[in-house]
Amino acid sequence: MSTLAGLPTWADALIALMLVVSAFTALVGSFALVRFSDFYKRLHGPTKSTTLGVGGVLIASAVYFTLRGPGFSVHEILITLFIFLTAPVSAHLLVKAAMHLARVEHGPPR
Amino acid sequence: MTAAVLPWIEAAFALALLCSGYRLLRGPGLPDRILALDTLYVNTIALLVLFGIQHDTQLLFEAALVVALLGFVGTVALSKYVTRGDVIE
Repeated sequence: MSTLAGLPTWADALIALMLVVSAFTALVGSFALVRFSDFYKRLHGPTKSTTLGVGGVLIASAVYFTLRGPGFSVHEILITLFIFLTAPVSAHLLVKAAMHLARVEHGPPR
Repeated sequence: MTAAVLPWIEAAFALALLCSGYRLLRGPGLPDRILALDTLYVNTIALLVLFGIQHDTQLLFEAALVVALLGFVGTVALSKYVTRGDVIE
């Protein structure tokens, strides 16, 4: 493959290492979605681990395109910021929805 | 080095997509399915960015940004619908 031709070796190694670590983190987070038993346990995987993994991939992409293209690459930082800001909000709303559904089905908590 | 490792990274994210798709189809409750949809969106963003690196193009960032926005709005709307019975009150 000739896509990574113009990069110095240290940058290539750094991007590869970041990609491997963040892919592992994201995969662990998504696998938690399959393996855990309860919804409240299952929520931990995607909201923390997968978000961190995808953020790592985006940072690696920022490093790649900053070294490759003309000037600093800001798109990835924008997406990373957006994901890191919205993940806690959606997790909070999901927990509220789940607690509301549990209260409707099983009555108020004792 | 990155070129050698990139297909494996994409395979890992494809596996993550399969995991969240399993929970989306199987999930016992409504919140499980919403959470699986959110995870699906987030993994799709990572996969789009990886394709951008592989093909050496910056065209896919806008697509990734749009997917991120749609994922957040969809999750919030579905959660609000489950909680309140209505999206916009």
